[in-house]
Amino acid sequence: MKEIKTNIENNIQRRKFIKNILFSATALLFPKFIGAASVGKIKDWVLFGDYNAKDHLWGMGIDINKCIGCGRCVNACKVENNVPKVPYFFRTWVERYRIIKGKETVVDSPNGAIDGFKPQPESDGNVIRSFFVPKLCNQCDNPPCVQVCPVGATFRTDDGVVLVDKEYCIGCRYCIQGCPYGARYLDPDTQTAEKCTFCYHRIVQGLSPACVEACPTQARIFGEVKKKTSPLMRFMRKHAIGVLKPSLNTEPKVFYANMDMEVR
Amino acid sequence: MEEIVIHLSSMLKEVTGYIYPNEIELHWGLLIVIYPYITGLVAGAFILASLVKIFNVKELQPTYRISMLTALAFLFVAPLPLLAHLGHPEKSYEIFLTPNSSSAMAMFGFVYAWYLMAVLLLEIWFDYRKDLIIWASKEKGIRKWIYKIISLFSKDVSESALNFDKKSIKAVTLIGIPSAFLLHGYVGFIFGSIKANPWWSSVLMPIVFLFSAIVSGIALVLLIYMVITPLRKKEIDMKCLDKLASYLFYVMIVDFSLEILDFIHRSYEAEESIKIIAELVSGKLFVSLIVIQLLIGMIIPLGSIAAVKFFKLPAELRKSIYFVSAILVQVGIFTTRWNVVVGGQLFSKSFRGLTAYKMTFFGLEGLLTSVALLLLPILILYFLFKILPPWDEARSS
Amino acid sequence: MKLFGKNIPEQVTRLTIILIFLIVAFIFLRSLLVPPDFGKYGHYRASAVDEIILQDIKYAGSVICYDCHDDVVDSKSEGYHNKVSCEVCHGPAVLHIDDPEEFVLEAPRERGYCPLCHEYIPSRPTGFPQIVSASHNPMRPCISCHNPHDPKPPEPPRECKACHAEISRTKSLSHHVNVKCTFCHETPGDHKIQPRDFLPTKPSKREFCGLCHAENSNVPDEIPRVDIATHGEQYMCWQCHYPHLPEAN
Repeated sequence: MKEIKTNIENNIQRRKFIKNILFSATALLFPKFIGAASVGKIKDWVLFGDYNAKDHLWGMGIDINKCIGCGRCVNACKVENNVPKVPYFFRTWVERYRIIKGKETVVDSPNGAIDGFKPQPESDGNVIRSFFVPKLCNQCDNPPCVQVCPVGATFRTDDGVVLVDKEYCIGCRYCIQGCPYGARYLDPDTQTAEKCTFCYHRIVQGLSPACVEACPTQARIFGEVKKKTSPLMRFMRKHAIGVLKPSLNTEPKVFYANMDMEVR
Repeated sequence: MEEIVIHLSSMLKEVTGYIYPNEIELHWGLLIVIYPYITGLVAGAFILASLVKIFNVKELQPTYRISMLTALAFLFVAPLPLLAHLGHPEKSYEIFLTPNSSSAMAMFGFVYAWYLMAVLLLEIWFDYRKDLIIWASKEKGIRKWIYKIISLFSKDVSESALNFDKKSIKAVTLIGIPSAFLLHGYVGFIFGSIKANPWWSSVLMPIVFLFSAIVSGIALVLLIYMVITPLRKKEIDMKCLDKLASYLFYVMIVDFSLEILDFIHRSYEAEESIKIIAELVSGKLFVSLIVIQLLIGMIIPLGSIAAVKFFKLPAELRKSIYFVSAILVQVGIFTTRWNVVVGGQLFSKSFRGLTAYKMTFFGLEGLLTSVALLLLPILILYFLFKILPPWDEARSS
Repeated sequence: MKLFGKNIPEQVTRLTIILIFLIVAFIFLRSLLVPPDFGKYGHYRASAVDEIILQDIKYAGSVICYDCHDDVVDSKSEGYHNKVSCEVCHGPAVLHIDDPEEFVLEAPRERGYCPLCHEYIPSRPTGFPQIVSASHNPMRPCISCHNPHDPKPPEPPRECKACHAEISRTKSLSHHVNVKCTFCHETPGDHKIQPRDFLPTKPSKREFCGLCHAENSNVPDEIPRVDIATHGEQYMCWQCHYPHLPEAN
């Protein structure tokens, strides 16, 4: 029975992929076909047949106790979203915290942790707590970046994802200054602002973001903030949840379980 | 992409502590320091001019037209550093078409256009209208046509028309003062409203910006007056100069008090960011903040002008002191802008690390471009002085 | 010019003409340049969402591999790597699904890849299988002993420190170095096979520590003694003394 269910599920997935690939191929061969006016109609036919943004509110849960700092998520994100592989632009990264008795907490993130971490030669006796914290755009419900964009190039969709319109962005960098989490960067090739999109192009088709796919320990949980049957809902029920910089009231939608007070 | 990679890789070595990976690129550099400096000069010069028209400070009359033309020359240049900085200046018109009403920066297009047209150009037009008509009738050739066009083919020099001009100037100046506050205050708000950055986020930011703008504007007009008058082989009106220095002194006291207040408030509340900010101010920002902005740019000029007031020094000595003080003030106010814009990006939002700003020489973000942008208004001012001479001798009787 | 019988100054007429011209020009330019779908869903260009959705997908997701590789997926589903997605090791697979012969997926066979997750780093959560790769069979590829799809070790670990290296290191610096882990933690045999389902015990009474540290216990004199009944008031011993490094103050 399980096999049949999985088969049907797989067939639907496969149809969607073929549609997507056909569509992408068509887009390559007939660019005019995808004019601004006509995309709306094709969108309805291929992708939005059953996706209504108003039915969803996406969020992510991160369990700090499960993260092993392997950096597979950082790598998957850069591959999936064509982010330049240099150590200056990240849509997601992992930080390592070492809380040392009697001294300042030490935080590091070598190349965003895309190749993981190296053990540090520190006397283990003095490190009283140590853990990894994955970071990404918090897809805030009260986003300070959207508030400050002068032209309306960045916006929050009905399903709670903050996106950037790179055709419209003028590259003033105000949104990058406005983000308290350092989640945004300026794409060196397009000279427009970029950031994590929760892999919007994947989630509207029922896939999960690349970082969630890649995480080997399920430290990242993706799901719906409002629906009762989402894995995120169980996550929020089971753990005490913390968010980053709550005093700024950005209403972030990335929820950390087992968050330490030293995490900024 | 290559040059940015090379530039950023050299920055990695300058980082101390921990910064968020994306923070390695410092986004608002020299060009964004220049913009508030220029609009500050515009607002300050205009406020000075308004002292003559609204508050009837007669001693400053010789500087009235100079102030207005200075403000105009700098206002023409003001959008240029912004355009040079944008990733896509060719799309900058979007700010006019679809401004986001919650964004302070979106105000720029409209505030700029309003201030340029409804305040500066309008007031200059009303003030010069009579002279333009008379100059047009006396000149020949292309100058004749320039004056005709600028006067909008006006011809009426009757008593009632001139009265109308006078009343209009008063009205425009009255609107102009809050407009000048808005033109520069909104820049302060752009920084002051960013809750993500504790160095910027402050209620005082627009006020401090405004008062330091007035300081720099008055100092600029003082400098221009002191330079242009001997160049024209005329005597400097000491009453005017003393008055200018006086106003400079009083506004500097207010500006200084506001900056001290900000400092006291910050160190008293000692919020979470205090540690990294203290590290910043005592380290990377020490020279530009304590030495240049406070000592050289504020305390020394204040002390010098106070000495002049107290000791009643001879005219030649007064002139030298005013001149040097005005230059120090300009350096100080420019450094104030630097400390706000660049200083706020030198520490990480993780409050755990510091980075550096590497200035280049060539390129749009380089030193050369910025120097050119600061000299351009002087060039424009030269042409404005030629077409619309502000001297009393040039006025038609 | 006259309006309502009063003379309008010529300044006003001239300025008004200019103002009207500017307003008209602005409205005209606006109608030309603003994208037609701007503002449809909010203060943004509606087709931006479409453009973002059209981005290429690179990772196919773990479910679809089953269609062709059901045997591998089945064998993986019972082992320790059952939650590790295929693409974590084999890379993005969308192109492979489209044309499996043209786009063959890579499979990391060098030693460098497995330590990305399994190298010993003290910050990693305790109990997560970690090895010090420099001393763990350095000359052999990992896959020669561990099948990546079902990576149980060829033999169960002999010592606790194989997985709990950080605790072992800490304990080796302390006076408890000669106390075997199993003295305090009763460990079922299956803990080495299915660690999370068969957990070791932890002492729950002060008297346990008293086996060595009580006044009257039968152990060498160097071991510090306290009055178990009263020392430390109402707290358990390990609330103040970290058992793996009791000297730590």
